[in-house]
Amino acid sequence: MSLILDIDHVSKTFLQGGLLSRRSVEAVKDISLQIEAERPEILSVVGESGSGKSTLAAMVLGQQLPTRGRVLFDGIDVASIHGRAEHRAFMAKVQPVLQNPFEAFNPLKRVDRYLFATAANFMSANGRPTRAEIEARVDQTLVEVGLTLAEVRGRFPHELSGGQLQRTAIARALIPDPRLLVADEPVSMVDASLRMSIVNLFGSLRDRLGLSIIYITHDLATAYYISDRIIIMKKGEVVERGNARDVLDNPQHPYSIALKNAVLTPEFA
Amino acid sequence: MQTESLLHASDTAVEPMLVVDRLKAYYTTKAFGIDRDIRAVDDISLTVAKGEIYGVAGESSSGKTSLIKTIVGAIRPPLHVVGGNVRFNFGGQAHDVYSLRPDELQAIRWRHLSYIMQGSMNVLNPVRRIRHSFYDFAFNHMGLGRTAFWDKVRDHLKKLDLDPGVLDSYPHQLSGGMRQRTTIALATVCTPEFIVADEPTTALDVIVQRDVLTMLRDIQRDLGSSFLFVTHDMSVHATVSDRVGIVYAGRLVEEADTPTLFRGARHPYTQHLVASLPKIGDTTRRASLSGRPPSLADPPSGCRFHPRCPLAMDICSREVPAMTNLTPRHRVACFAVSGATS
Repeated sequence: MSLILDIDHVSKTFLQGGLLSRRSVEAVKDISLQIEAERPEILSVVGESGSGKSTLAAMVLGQQLPTRGRVLFDGIDVASIHGRAEHRAFMAKVQPVLQNPFEAFNPLKRVDRYLFATAANFMSANGRPTRAEIEARVDQTLVEVGLTLAEVRGRFPHELSGGQLQRTAIARALIPDPRLLVADEPVSMVDASLRMSIVNLFGSLRDRLGLSIIYITHDLATAYYISDRIIIMKKGEVVERGNARDVLDNPQHPYSIALKNAVLTPEFA
Repeated sequence: MQTESLLHASDTAVEPMLVVDRLKAYYTTKAFGIDRDIRAVDDISLTVAKGEIYGVAGESSSGKTSLIKTIVGAIRPPLHVVGGNVRFNFGGQAHDVYSLRPDELQAIRWRHLSYIMQGSMNVLNPVRRIRHSFYDFAFNHMGLGRTAFWDKVRDHLKKLDLDPGVLDSYPHQLSGGMRQRTTIALATVCTPEFIVADEPTTALDVIVQRDVLTMLRDIQRDLGSSFLFVTHDMSVHATVSDRVGIVYAGRLVEEADTPTLFRGARHPYTQHLVASLPKIGDTTRRASLSGRPPSLADPPSGCRFHPRCPLAMDICSREVPAMTNLTPRHRVACFAVSGATS
């Protein structure tokens, strides 16, 4: 059994304030988490604002280094990655999907340029790719997310809907053929009529491409709908974890129960 | 064949608190000699009764915020009203928003008509203590002396379970939920008769959202105010709204009592919105609509939903469906529905 991601007793402390009034904030406290390579899954991380969800994601992506503990990706300590080549090899396997697709793309830049640049960057690891190879790869990933290069070519971000733009962002993340996507609140800015298309897309990426996804959200209903496992975080600690359906059908920890009770459902109508 | 029915919709003898009649408001831009109209509010009619929470639902850029702006008279170019009118009924006196002088409108605002804005973090002045915001917003409208005014503010905060100490805090010292509750307190301190709430819980997490919604319902019960409650989140409407109107691309497509809307929606777009909501305890597959929300600069002809509609017929792309009453409190604009009932 090999682990694609092994988060091993990780903590992250931030220092706040100046010289005289320094205090430390423990954003993540001693969290361990494993994802197996052979069993791709969608792992939901839920919790209130300020519970450390995004800090955890930043550490998985190597954007923040843990204060204590280690994050191992495919056996390699993320903290030991140095240099352009190693970094590129790492980012080829772990890719982020951000919350707001309208902020993720420069409004003055055509979105296809991001796709071509990403493809050129990652394909150049094995020789300089030709224009046709790059376009073929971009088109292939766009088809994976239900778009085509013809629909996206030459478009500016404002010319696409939120759902299309978020799918383009996911297509960009898929270009290097990653093993893990880290999606931080990927549907909270997407229109209601298109939200489920993104959530369903995650399910099909897991099933067809064997991709694992860390799905960070505070929407328990979509977490229940799509994820295999769930961890519930409060103030940097994991208060409950397990199979998503079991945990949400029958939460044990008082905080998980409060969280579930706070979910609004159409049945109140 | 406009069978608009404001009189039927409000079959009570009491004059409704707000009447919006055939309201049209466009953003007009002129560039290179070409005029472009963004039809953000296109022929919307609705009424809100006294003590009612009227919910407005729709996607981003469907014209929800433009609708609110035109209703409260906060109209700045390039937005301008093309037709229709808006009448409030405060204290048995009718006020036509578009024929009021600016100072008359100013006198109504906050005293009778108040506004809970989207994104509490952007409303409060970040470099001044919160007491200054209360003073700036409310003091002139209350007609009280300073001591009496601050006593009233403190009482109001206590009633809403807020520590009066927040008055001496800066906005960044409060959490998002506290800030949002403070802006709600600010909007309700003059006990207004009509409150407009624009996405008041969107940036909050679930537990805080629940608290804020409970607080809004309590205020509504205590003051007996009418609410115009705007959010894209259908489960929030299920919890707070008495009646919900669905806006699609600048037009009202369906309106009904909340239970009717969630259990017996007739417009295909509403049906989709309700059916696509995921629920804990239910793992059946939720579909998503094909296509994309239309651009308001160049909306589809006829019914604006027809390119994405599973029931689209020939007539849908040619003519605009009129609002038809299915029951006195359930209206829908769809040829597939009105054809079936006539």
